[in-house]
Amino acid sequence: MSTSPMTTPAIQVSDLHKSFGEHEVLKGIDFHVDQSQVVCVIGPSGSGKSTLLRCVNRLEEPTSGKILVEGIDITDPEVDLDAVRSRIGMVFQQFNLFPHMNVLKNLCVAQRRVKGRSKAEAVEVARRNLAKVGLADRENVYPAHLSGGQQQRVAIARALSMDPDMMLFDEPTSALDPELVGDVLAVMRDLASEGMTMMVVTHEMGFAREVGDNLVFMDGGVIVEEGDPHQVLGDPQHQRTQAFLSKVL
Amino acid sequence: MTLKRTTRRRLRDGGAYVVLLAAIVVLVTTADREAISKNFLDGETWRGMWPDIVLIAAKNTVKYTVIAFAGGIALALVLALMRLSPLRLYRWLATGYIEFFRGLPALVVIIFMALGVPLAFGWTPPGGTIGAGLIALIMVSGAYMAETLRAGIQAVPKGQREAAQSLGMNGFWTMLTVVLPQAIRIVIPPLTNEFILLVKDTSLLTFVGMQADQVELTSFGQQGLVNYSNASPLLAIALVYLVISIPASQLVAFLERRQQRASR
Ligand SMILES: Nc1ncnc2c1ncn2[C@@H]1O[C@H](COP(=O)(O)OP(=O)(O)O)[C@@H](O)[C@H]1O
Ligand SMILES: [Mg+2]
Repeated sequence: MSTSPMTTPAIQVSDLHKSFGEHEVLKGIDFHVDQSQVVCVIGPSGSGKSTLLRCVNRLEEPTSGKILVEGIDITDPEVDLDAVRSRIGMVFQQFNLFPHMNVLKNLCVAQRRVKGRSKAEAVEVARRNLAKVGLADRENVYPAHLSGGQQQRVAIARALSMDPDMMLFDEPTSALDPELVGDVLAVMRDLASEGMTMMVVTHEMGFAREVGDNLVFMDGGVIVEEGDPHQVLGDPQHQRTQAFLSKVL
Repeated sequence: MTLKRTTRRRLRDGGAYVVLLAAIVVLVTTADREAISKNFLDGETWRGMWPDIVLIAAKNTVKYTVIAFAGGIALALVLALMRLSPLRLYRWLATGYIEFFRGLPALVVIIFMALGVPLAFGWTPPGGTIGAGLIALIMVSGAYMAETLRAGIQAVPKGQREAAQSLGMNGFWTMLTVVLPQAIRIVIPPLTNEFILLVKDTSLLTFVGMQADQVELTSFGQQGLVNYSNASPLLAIALVYLVISIPASQLVAFLERRQQRASR
């Protein structure tokens, strides 16, 4: 899926390094996500996938390198980080819903405090997004009373309620019982078909193959191989990619 | 010959009961029952204390506790946030304050505020000696509760803060709407304990002197002791303290059990 060279990429990462103390976790990452593209990131545990994703909305401070989000350098100390973050939705492996708020409140709190929306407006947006993830009837329930799959769909609806330009997913289905994975993937599939820009760390190779426009394989803090998902999954060029895929497929 | 462990324990427990029983028998047979009832259960004294013991003394004890607790929490919140601040100066100031006031006897701080400050600076805190004593209690309890609150804030999972941040919420709103409500739930049992400690610490205010309508339980008991030349007032205030603190500590136990269940 090619985009015209004139459009700014949604995310552009160049020569990104990240160390925790002495431990270098990202060793020079270059890649970009175009508008409306879905990029899936795969790789063994500990290869730096989460760290990469978390650098993109500065939950982790990059050690060096550049990250442009819609052309804005978010590593610039002058940048309004909260404003940037409100345009990047993030979905976590552990859902991270606010346990002391019901579903509706979970979806409204940031709309009110960040976007300055009125209560009525926030509720309307929240209801629309709850309906979208198939949970319109659950707005008064507390997260503890929802299944993992439902919690994750609420988390997606919460991120969507900020009207983000792009979404980051960090292993959104890895904490779910197998029978609940499908509902969450279906929501993500819908989002992709509506043209949402998405960066998805996942172990769901089927999703990566069918929905992804681009597939990135990471190992040991570097991108080993990237390209068309059918290509990378069907005919991996690097020995490390082959070794990884032979274990997970 | 070695005995089985259970046999040994049974012998030891049995021995303890025998000793306890003997002690009770000795106490009951040698106690001067007449002296006890005259000094602690004097009917006229008990009637004379009523209803001031409840309407003035117990009421003031509760009032002082609530004031010191509310003020202490507000101060503790500021100190806890300073302790967690990225600015080293704030962390140092808060740590210094906390260590200083936890290292002093509360009574020393109370006497200093109520008597030392007016003497040294010619300035009397609002509310006279009682007001000064309450400020001292707030200063001390704030130092203790700050550490409790800080632990509670740190016990909120990191993912909660990250979720709020990823939605674009700034530090203030993240703290106010996401972190603090969860932290407070975590610290309710230990804070209730602080409350009980404060109920008892209000007795230290006795030392700074107070007017008749400001009297709390301990002063009330002490004055009663002098007025009636009888120890009954002490037994009476002891009972009132227990009526306040035992239900409160039962409440703590209940809250802790409930929290353990919830966190499983
Ligand atoms: N906050 C942190 N402090 C120290 N080391 C970390 C931290 N976060 C991640 N790491 C380390 O970075 C490496 C990559 O982690 P991560 O990005 O979570 O990998 P992945 O998501 O691919 O499993 C791991 O070795 C992990 O231990
Ligand atoms: Mg990870």
